[in-house]
Amino acid sequence: MLKDITLGQYFPGESLLHRLDPRTKLICTFIYIIALFFAGSYISYGTLILVLFLCAAISKIHPSAFFRGLKPVVFIIVFTAILNLFYTKTGRELFGFWGLSVTTDGVKIAVFMVIRIMLLISSTFLLTYTTTPMSLTDGVEQLLSPLKKLHVPVHEFAMMMSIALRFIPTLIEEADKIINAQKARGADFETGKLLDRAKALLPLLVPLFVSAFRRADELAIAMESRCYRGGVGRTRMNNLVFAARDFITMGFFILLFTFIVVILRLGL
Amino acid sequence: MKPIIEIRDLYFKYPEDENYAINGLSLDIPEGSFSVVLGHNGSGKSTLAKHLNGILLPTSGSVTVGGIDTRDEERLFDLRSSVGMVFQNPDNQIVSSIVEEDVAFAPENLGLPSDEIRARVDDALRLVGMYDYRLHSPHLLSGGQKQRVAIAGVLAMDPRVLVLDEPTAMLDPVGRREVIETLIKLCRETGISVVLITHHMYETVSSDLVFVMSDGKLVTKGSPSEVFSKAETMKAEGLTVPDTTELINQLIKAGMTLPLGAVSAHDCALAIASALKKDA
Repeated sequence: MLKDITLGQYFPGESLLHRLDPRTKLICTFIYIIALFFAGSYISYGTLILVLFLCAAISKIHPSAFFRGLKPVVFIIVFTAILNLFYTKTGRELFGFWGLSVTTDGVKIAVFMVIRIMLLISSTFLLTYTTTPMSLTDGVEQLLSPLKKLHVPVHEFAMMMSIALRFIPTLIEEADKIINAQKARGADFETGKLLDRAKALLPLLVPLFVSAFRRADELAIAMESRCYRGGVGRTRMNNLVFAARDFITMGFFILLFTFIVVILRLGL
Repeated sequence: MKPIIEIRDLYFKYPEDENYAINGLSLDIPEGSFSVVLGHNGSGKSTLAKHLNGILLPTSGSVTVGGIDTRDEERLFDLRSSVGMVFQNPDNQIVSSIVEEDVAFAPENLGLPSDEIRARVDDALRLVGMYDYRLHSPHLLSGGQKQRVAIAGVLAMDPRVLVLDEPTAMLDPVGRREVIETLIKLCRETGISVVLITHHMYETVSSDLVFVMSDGKLVTKGSPSEVFSKAETMKAEGLTVPDTTELINQLIKAGMTLPLGAVSAHDCALAIASALKKDA
């Protein structure tokens, strides 16, 4: 029952997007998201939509994956749209009821808002769909490494992240075993009110926590036995290296950003 | 052979315990040998394992591995990189979600250059026969395969000794055989010293030396056939002898003349066959 939990789902592939350096993808996603907040016209939104479609096409990931990703946020999208629709007072009034009015500007802003949220989410999905969690962690560690000078424990955070990712399947497997063992003894996880179900999870969480601590202890001893002593003096087998395609991609996204800002300035 | 591990009058007490977990133990393990430490639960054998790379330090006495005293803090990392430790649960010693990255963990910690790490990882994976799985995710492997990855993970440090603390305890029979065969092959082909800590009798069959521990003390030692010919001592320590030895012991009790100490099935069969021929 827990098997279908996915975190940072990755679709294996060989496309250009898959082969890009994780740092490039992180930087470009970041640029894209900032550009989204500078966008405010048909031209800029159109460009951004076009770029996302282009990237999605290059990645060869089925469009349905993106719709599935958007499903959990439908409520937020609808809510934002309604708020923007009714709370924008400028523009020509189209119609009104119960003292609320819908204006042309309201419709425009609502539509832009919906597009903005959808692009925001889809672009981050594109990142996790084409990058393994491990290389994502590596990328974050490398990008944040200048912060080490300020005594931010960047290596430690990255290590924690990758160990967490490593143990997700192990712990899910274990939770499944505990659930089955308790079901065999008559525990009921699937019926009853929400509160009852939450209570039924307690006897699952306690052994899971105890075992997670035991695992952590054993893992720490195993890591020490393999000469782990933190990030100092540590080297990597696969060093991240920027290739030509990384520079070209970053150049493209910087151009995109400049274009969006110029359009904003010109008021187009 | 010069001993790679020298243990002298080792006493060890956990802070929260009153009794000594290791109670005056002295033993030598020769370089390049396949040694087995046998003992039932609570005999102090896992505590002994943790002394071999300085995870635990002696309350009194000394442990020296490859000339390094485990209490020498200055050389702790030299010690740890020359003693590879493999533990019982393979899941709790694999750090990374990709096999080859996990094997690279130890050499990365040692600060080696990338191409050297790459070479060591490939070598280690080939030695344990897991090279084809280098890009797999460890949670999709079988128990025996995971444990072989764990062995490769310490081999990549290029250690002189491989210490395994009940590496087969959580595995099925197939996995057990995979692991033990890998260890024997490693010991014979690369000359690395192997110290296997276990309570499975049959894993001792192809070893050079067997040490039997009980209550933190050494009860007996010798080649497998020497040790198992003392079946009564073994039983007194709560350990069974291999089925082959037990069969021969029972046949001797029943009145047959047989040599003690045939441990492998092959030796046992030969001994019985020649005895039967003599009788006929």
